[in-house]
Amino acid sequence: MKRFKILAAFCLLLSACAPASPRAITVLTHDSFAISEEVVKTFEAENNAKVSFVQSGDAGAVLNQAILTKDAPIADILFGVDNTFLSRALEADIFEAYASPVLSDIADEFKLDPSSRALPVDYGDVCINYDKNYFAENNLAIPQTFEDLAKPEYKDLLVVENPATSSPGLAFLLATRAHFGDGYLDYWKSLKENGVVVVDGWETAYYTNFSASSGKGPQPMAVSYASSPAAEVFFASPQPTESPTASIVTSDMCFRQIEFVGILKNGQNKSLAQKFVDFMLSQKFQEDMPLNMFVYPVNKNAKLPDVFVKFAQIAESPAVISAADIASNRDAWIETWTAAMK
Amino acid sequence: MDCGDEVSWQMQNQNLNYGGTEARRKLILGVFASPWFVRLLLWLAPILFLLSFFFFPLSKILALTFDPATFTSPNNLQIINHALLFTFYQATLSTILTFALGIPSAVLFSRFDFRGKSLLRALTAVPFMLPTVVVAAAFNSLFNQNGLFSFLIPNHLIPNSSFIILHSAFPLILTAHVFYNTTIVIRIVGNALSRLDPKLEAAARSLGADNFHAWKNITLPLLCPALLSAALLVFMFDFTSFGVILLLGGGSVSTLEVEIYLRVLKLPNLPLAALLSIVQLIFTILFSILYTRTINQVTAQTAPGFSLARKPKTLQEKTFVTTLCILLSAFFILPLLSLPLRSLTRLEADRGQRGEVQYGFTADYYKELFINRRGSLFYVPPIQAAANSLGYASVTVFLSLALGYPAAYALARPTRLEKFLDPLIMLPLGSSAVMLGLGFIISFGRALASPFFVPIAHTLVALPFVIRTLQPALASIPERLRQAASTLGASPFRVWQTVDFPIIARATLSAATFAFTVSLGEFGATLLLTRPEYPTIPIAIQRFLSQPGGLNFGQAMAMATLLMLLTTLAILAIEKLRLSNSGEF
Repeated sequence: MKRFKILAAFCLLLSACAPASPRAITVLTHDSFAISEEVVKTFEAENNAKVSFVQSGDAGAVLNQAILTKDAPIADILFGVDNTFLSRALEADIFEAYASPVLSDIADEFKLDPSSRALPVDYGDVCINYDKNYFAENNLAIPQTFEDLAKPEYKDLLVVENPATSSPGLAFLLATRAHFGDGYLDYWKSLKENGVVVVDGWETAYYTNFSASSGKGPQPMAVSYASSPAAEVFFASPQPTESPTASIVTSDMCFRQIEFVGILKNGQNKSLAQKFVDFMLSQKFQEDMPLNMFVYPVNKNAKLPDVFVKFAQIAESPAVISAADIASNRDAWIETWTAAMK
Repeated sequence: MDCGDEVSWQMQNQNLNYGGTEARRKLILGVFASPWFVRLLLWLAPILFLLSFFFFPLSKILALTFDPATFTSPNNLQIINHALLFTFYQATLSTILTFALGIPSAVLFSRFDFRGKSLLRALTAVPFMLPTVVVAAAFNSLFNQNGLFSFLIPNHLIPNSSFIILHSAFPLILTAHVFYNTTIVIRIVGNALSRLDPKLEAAARSLGADNFHAWKNITLPLLCPALLSAALLVFMFDFTSFGVILLLGGGSVSTLEVEIYLRVLKLPNLPLAALLSIVQLIFTILFSILYTRTINQVTAQTAPGFSLARKPKTLQEKTFVTTLCILLSAFFILPLLSLPLRSLTRLEADRGQRGEVQYGFTADYYKELFINRRGSLFYVPPIQAAANSLGYASVTVFLSLALGYPAAYALARPTRLEKFLDPLIMLPLGSSAVMLGLGFIISFGRALASPFFVPIAHTLVALPFVIRTLQPALASIPERLRQAASTLGASPFRVWQTVDFPIIARATLSAATFAFTVSLGEFGATLLLTRPEYPTIPIAIQRFLSQPGGLNFGQAMAMATLLMLLTTLAILAIEKLRLSNSGEF
């Protein structure tokens, strides 16, 4: 027994002197997350850490999993809860509060959680994208308001995503709700009469129905992101001088999605997790995001890539609905919408 | 359908088996040779597998989320009722339509030889593993104004074809189900058809039966197990249809599976989701019990070792073969062809004028696949994605055959134990992937990020296919042949090698094909956490399609083409194996 104790002490000594093996953290995120290898390597080298990412479906799926595994979390950090889900995450109390010092570089409009459990990382505006050629060719004016879309000249020209199945679809519904208040259902009925096409998700809307994408579908207007025109330029070879699409960013026509990161309760390596959250808010990470995820950085100091400056748009004054309002009404709004559109 | 005729004969056979020589062996081996012990041994691995990777996680999540109060809400009951009715309606129609195309095709492939046969048969299996998004894009690019269809037929001849195609969700859903599932009928029923001994039908005819009666009294009863197996699988696939309904229905129609998905992820109400899952599971068990009750194994005279397929002779046969070949090519090859076509063309609508789109052939999308332009951590090198997909598929084939063979062997000679276990085998097909996925996460936690869970999840879906494919073949082996062989002094292995193997080789290869395509198509993908270190082709396709831009769409089509090519080649290789194995030609 004594000999065992000596051996144990010796082992302890050895392990204390040997170079520390990297500490590991796991980041749980949605399928659309992407980041440069070099940026992650930088963090790993600076902190002697190993960062693993696990992806598991869309933002809703990931949040569900985080809530269900609250007591024994499958990761240490959760990235990708947006403002339509924020209240749910906060109510379920899955996050540890962390007032990162980098928050001072972030505009207050993005800080929706005063308790600093969910920290803003990026934002993007959900807006209608249109096919420039179609409108030019048909001498059709670009619609400027929601009301315009219900006019006969825009009959059968718009495809939207179902808010029950798609997050940009929900965002667009929220924009109409913010604009029309309780009258939003009447508006949707008039859109329906005007031949609005409802599809399950963004992929179908953009690649199957939208006429300006490579899918060459039948509708020249689709609900997408204000940054999509920049992606159309960036992901073309050779890159054109002008984007085939543009966004309608006039007042009230867009909904701003803000994505948050939080440290999961009961996770491992809390100090390292905090460092990674700092890193996600820092300039290096923030400047890497736009071309990887086509979202805007929230850090004031982050510089935008050229293609963003030239082709991506920002909503003039996005629709405003509080996260709490969304949390208490989203299901009811979706269900009444579904009933109205049947 | 009447499938119970030969049960008593079958039972006599079994009695014979356990008499005589068996008694002496029993003395030595004692309990180990008892049929019960052998049966338990056969079931051990498959049951352990299902218990740990299916029943355990599923019951854990159901126990956590189920709430009896959901029963009493009339609103909930209405949702369930609505989804259930639509699910039944579309699944029944889809199954009927799938059989309408599948049965003639099964006859075509099992009875006739024609040029390009193996390629055509391989291609009918390709849709089965293509991601729904890709199939939708393929159909769309076939029919829209710049698509393949307008290459072949000028636009003014078919005005607004794209409009018609894209705006009638229900027919489109049915078409997609037929497109996906015909291969199940072709493989399972086709196999049974080619196992049938033509002498039986010939004998009936020589005894005065006309074609119809020979078919009705001889062929149909012998085909019964295979028909029911295929019907059950097709129906189950339509019953739990998810991607097709969501994508083509645009969220306006819901099956149970879609409703569960919505209640888990979009309008979170986990107790309702749990209740819906239980309803779906109960129906799955009911179908399976119905199936087991009806099927009562039929032992058929089999004709292994030579092919029944021959060149069409009469005018009638020639017309049949030609018409069906044209039909199948139009239905399967045209939409599939539009994928490689779109992966090789650039539509320069951004600079050219709309209406006079410039077509250009380009290999850019394929070249781009090899470039990690943004230095992304999540970049998927195509070769690695293909290697990962193939690796997972191989493990899935091995695992599902290793687990499925003993189970199918036991099921082929059912006792009371099998009658009880049989319906349980089908359950993984009838359980909601979303719920099971949550179950996996709360049961296995961080371990789930390990790559080993991928083939395990795939095997869960592949296993019912493998068992349902092997079981009718194993049941068709005449016990007399086995007994004759062992009376003549053959060891159990030799009996298996000379009697069982030639008969089941064909079915084994079919089963392997199913397992392979199930894995390549990532049916179980929603169950898992994905790690960027082990990307597969469907994951790569999904990644490309999640961002706007011509290069992304082109690369998605290129990856889908790669997936298609890989599957076609794999299926052709498996078919080659089958030809050389059973000594055909």
